Amino acid sequence: MHAVKHTMILGMTAILMMLVSNVCLGAGIPDKVSISSIQKYYDPVSFNHAAHINNLKDCGLCHHHTTGAQVTDPNCARCHKNSGAQATVSCKGCHTADPFTPEALKQQRDQQPPIYHRDKPGLKAAYHASCLGCHQKMSGPTGCQDCHKRNDGGDALFKSGKYAPKAPAKPKAAHH
Amino acid sequence: MIERRDFLKGCLACGVTAATVSVAGTSAMAAGSFEGYPDAMGVLVDLTRCVGCRSCEAACNNEQKLPEPDLPFDDLSVFSEKRRTTEKAYTVVNEYKVADKDTLFRKIQCNHCTEPACLSSCFVNAYTKTKEGAVIYDASVCVGCRNCMIACPFNIPAYSYSSPLNPLVKKCIFCYDTRVKDGRPPACVEICPQQVMTFGRRSDLVKLGHDRIQANPGKYVDKLYGEKAVGGTSWMYLSSVDFDKVGLDGHIQNEPIISNVKDFLGFVPMVLSIWPALFTGVHLLATKNKDGHHDHEEGDHQ
Ligand code: SF4
Ligand code: SF4
Ligand code: SF4
Repeated sequence: MHAVKHTMILGMTAILMMLVSNVCLGAGIPDKVSISSIQKYYDPVSFNHAAHINNLKDCGLCHHHTTGAQVTDPNCARCHKNSGAQATVSCKGCHTADPFTPEALKQQRDQQPPIYHRDKPGLKAAYHASCLGCHQKMSGPTGCQDCHKRNDGGDALFKSGKYAPKAPAKPKAAHH
Repeated sequence: MIERRDFLKGCLACGVTAATVSVAGTSAMAAGSFEGYPDAMGVLVDLTRCVGCRSCEAACNNEQKLPEPDLPFDDLSVFSEKRRTTEKAYTVVNEYKVADKDTLFRKIQCNHCTEPACLSSCFVNAYTKTKEGAVIYDASVCVGCRNCMIACPFNIPAYSYSSPLNPLVKKCIFCYDTRVKDGRPPACVEICPQQVMTFGRRSDLVKLGHDRIQANPGKYVDKLYGEKAVGGTSWMYLSSVDFDKVGLDGHIQNEPIISNVKDFLGFVPMVLSIWPALFTGVHLLATKNKDGHHDHEEGDHQ
């Protein structure tokens, strides 16, 4: 029973995927996405979008309902079961890079109707929730620098590499 | 020299403030009735999201211009012990084994209580609860008595011992003067890759916290830690396991700590008003024999 349902869902997703790619994506789907939102501390990530599409086949895993994929989260499904593909699909199209500025907080407070999307993570958290959350489940890489190499600014912040503390705790203890 | 003069000045100040405290003490508000400033900000901490990357520790060190740490912030060996906040680290992340394989991380810092025990225990009035929600302090009046350290239910205030005669309280100030005062989120909140911390108006966060519990059945224990604890805190927590398992006292009282000491405080002012004088006296006696010039020098400068 469960298996049948599963195959059905897979089949439906496949059809949807084909439909979707014919309808609105095609040339619009980037094979690579360069993510540089924390370049102060880390080199940009060159995200292999094409490989992830091949591996996962389900756009909705990352793009929720926006590509027209069937949403599984019951909270989302209440409104977006049939809401179809949207004009905005990129992460940064909806998730703001600075979610806690006074303006962003005010916008969230004033939004109408006031009950939906109130707990929407910022861009950085959205990336990490999607990437890291999935990598943890599917045994993908999970170390910080597995995805983005820390640069000089990051080393300085983390007091690591050439900025590592010169006098470690040990010699200090030796004085006593 | 300088330190000693500061100390003496401090003592004079205590004499004066102790008197004011005694007045404030008698008109003490009914503890627990203070709802907090309406626009006070807060932080909702979701323990299920933290991955223990220690970025928040690094950001705090940088923002607060704290001394160099003993180990780099990417060194994960620190998780082998349970750390507490120190004069060099206003926030630390600890790891808790919560089940066979599961661990949760918790970032520790001042919770910015609505009715702070540190504030009510301080007899020189070093602490202030700002309308933005931050509990800040004026280190220049701190006499290093460590009352606040004992009073704080979360074991937060630390002391700098670099100057033995002038130990100053050190703790997280909610990034008040560099950020929260201007409505910007604290450095640790901003850098966190997982948005473990949600910054916003405290009253909104209480609602958001309960909404998140409701929207994710089975994910969280049905409690927003800090909504009521010790009269409410600005930093509040969501967890997937009992709070005792992550080093937070799940049975902590809902009344502010001041309720415990209120009666006691009624007696204190008298003691306090003679205490500084006593200190000064002892101090003078102790130093006079060693170096008689000091008093002349002090006199000359004043
Ligand atoms: S930065 Fe965020 S995820 Fe990393 S240790 Fe701190 S609270 Fe946890
Ligand atoms: S957590 Fe401790 S130091 Fe922070 S406001 Fe509360 S009593 Fe004061
Ligand atoms: S709020 Fe500011 S001072 Fe407090 S722990 Fe975070 S970065 Fe440090």
